[in-house]
Amino acid sequence: MRMAVLVKQVPATENIRIDETTGTMIREGVEAELNPLDLHAVEEAVRLKERLGGEITVISMGPPTARRAVASAIAMGCDRGCLISDRKFAGSDTLATALTLAEGIRKCGEFDVILAGERATDGETGQVGPAVGRYLGASVVTYVSKVASVEESRIVLERAVEGGHETISAPLPALLCVVKEINTPRLCTLSGKMRARRTEIPLLDAASLGIPDSKLGLNGSPTKVVRVMYPQITRNGKIFSMADDPDGAVRAVFDLLRERGAIEEVASDVR
Amino acid sequence: MSAERGEVWTLAEVRDGVIHPVSWELLAWGRKLADKLGSRLASVVLGSGIANQTDGLVRHGADVVYVVDEPELATYRPDAYNAVLVSLAKEYKPEIFIASATTTGRTVMPVLYVDLETGLTADCTGLDIDPETKLLLQTRPAIGGNVMADIRTPNTKPQMCTVRPRSKKPLAPDAGRKGEVIAKRGSPADLASVYQRLSFEREKAVGLPIQDAEIIVAGGKGMKNPKNFAMLEELARRLGGSVGASRQAVDLSWAPYSAQVGLSGKSVTPRIYIACGISGAVQHLAGMSASDTVIAINTDPDAPIFRVADVGIVGDAMEIVPKLIEMCPDCGRKGGQAR
Ligand SMILES: Cc1cc2nc3c(=O)[nH]c(=O)nc-3n(C[C@H](O)[C@H](O)[C@H](O)COP(=O)(O)OP(=O)(O)OC[C@H]3O[C@@H](n4cnc5c(N)ncnc54)[C@H](O)[C@@H]3O)c2cc1C
Ligand SMILES: Nc1ncnc2c1ncn2[C@@H]1O[C@H](COP(=O)(O)O)[C@@H](O)[C@H]1O
Repeated sequence: MRMAVLVKQVPATENIRIDETTGTMIREGVEAELNPLDLHAVEEAVRLKERLGGEITVISMGPPTARRAVASAIAMGCDRGCLISDRKFAGSDTLATALTLAEGIRKCGEFDVILAGERATDGETGQVGPAVGRYLGASVVTYVSKVASVEESRIVLERAVEGGHETISAPLPALLCVVKEINTPRLCTLSGKMRARRTEIPLLDAASLGIPDSKLGLNGSPTKVVRVMYPQITRNGKIFSMADDPDGAVRAVFDLLRERGAIEEVASDVR
Repeated sequence: MSAERGEVWTLAEVRDGVIHPVSWELLAWGRKLADKLGSRLASVVLGSGIANQTDGLVRHGADVVYVVDEPELATYRPDAYNAVLVSLAKEYKPEIFIASATTTGRTVMPVLYVDLETGLTADCTGLDIDPETKLLLQTRPAIGGNVMADIRTPNTKPQMCTVRPRSKKPLAPDAGRKGEVIAKRGSPADLASVYQRLSFEREKAVGLPIQDAEIIVAGGKGMKNPKNFAMLEELARRLGGSVGASRQAVDLSWAPYSAQVGLSGKSVTPRIYIACGISGAVQHLAGMSASDTVIAINTDPDAPIFRVADVGIVGDAMEIVPKLIEMCPDCGRKGGQAR
């Protein structure tokens, strides 16, 4: 099977900082990592390869440092990788990102299955995967929690949706957005890391993709961020202690539940 | 100047052949936007055997209902759904098109916006009309709720977004409201689908899916073992709520992934969130800090969860939760009462 995996480099969530004047994320000096949810996409591709054979290409769009994300996916068992990178891509929203990725995928070859994470932990949109699938004219299956079987020209998948799991069959090629539930990602082995170091990661720039400038980066992005705010989430609530006042503490919670209508009144008074 | 402004559209959510109440929330948002624009509010509903359910959409605020009632649309099929919506949008050219940020909405919209070549904003928690430009102002959390961004789609139509469930209260239903119902047919080409739905396995859990729950009783690693999670289920059942969990609890298999709240789980906005033995790491807060009321129970007085709590108890959850269960009358609820 010919597989591609889309991985994004994101700032490690523990140390995200924002430039208060420009409202943009400070990427310099912030440790970057492979989007944690994409590890599940990589893992699933490696498992499919182990089951059915084939080759896996890791593809990422981002700054030159995103090579590290591609390399760590190779270290987990992917075969080759490619980085789509150009200053012209700066400011891409999900539509421009998806178009760029779709063209990049086309340049990397033909694929039966393309895997993406459910969403990235920075933008958290979950829109890039389905949009890439649409641009490529592939089947799009989201919230994939299990690959049940792969047949000649179709794939059977389980989706985690509200209230349960549905099983669906879709034709190949298919783009799958996987959820965390699908697997537990493996750690990279030392030999994997060495292989990653030896593997060359070619770079695709705007010119090589043949997308007109009007569809790239900021120009190609229909949505514009107009303001960024930093919400205050401290509530200054009342804190009780079981050690000091156990009855008062429990009573306070009970009263709040009642006040907020969580407790059905039975008979006259429950007290 | 352009002629009459296009309509504001909401995509009604149909589950198991019934219009889901999350559709009323969208109409409440839509009503506000349509009134500010002076345009009509329309709801689009796709399904099979749903033509007789359009009343509910009108009662909750729609001026117009576009209903496509076809057997092929009995379950969500991505391609047929998309093709029907593309045809409708091209015919009527709505100004704004919003859907719920449910698994269906978050699948339908990111395919549709590619075909309509417009912008799409994910998982908004606030919507408004900019008084000057009359553009849709979309507010959404990003980076684990550390940032709120206002986003606009200035040059293309429709302006599209998904809206987080429970981010607005539905309007009180008004049985006297009148609306126009427009029945549309899907063309055979649009209705054809390459997808097959083979089966559906319902999850056995207390109450509603956490995204829909009014009340969530959530547990973390501080619950110590899976048996103690049964306590949370009992409290949730008595309160008519659902059980949520931190990632630690899910990783330990004390709760299913569908119950995980946070950055790599679900974002929830219940009326009441009760956090038991959850430290309140930023990644957890990302998924629940927008809840109306937060109650926290934790042995550590410095646990960050207390910062977002309305009422907190420093103490042992294994002692406090049973006390709460005892105080709450058992009305024989199954948990997760629908609104
Ligand atoms: C990329 C990324 C994504 C993540 N996504 C998520 C996510 O989606 N959701 C999520 O929840 N986490 C997520 N995390 C993990 C997060 O950082 C925390 O590790 C996790 O939330 C901690 O879970 P916890 O509060 O249950 O456990 P702990 O942090 O171990 O906290 C347990 C708490 O229980 C208290 N406690 C102990 N005994 C008792 C008792 N008897 N009674 C009452 N309280 C007691 C302790 O004081 C402590 O505060 C993510 C992390 C990363 C890096
Ligand atoms: N710049 C990118 N490069 C590669 N893959 C990406 C990129 N952005 C998003 N993706 C993929 O799309 C998924 C959803 O991302 P998002 O829509 O940004 O939440 C991610 O989990 C990745 O698999």
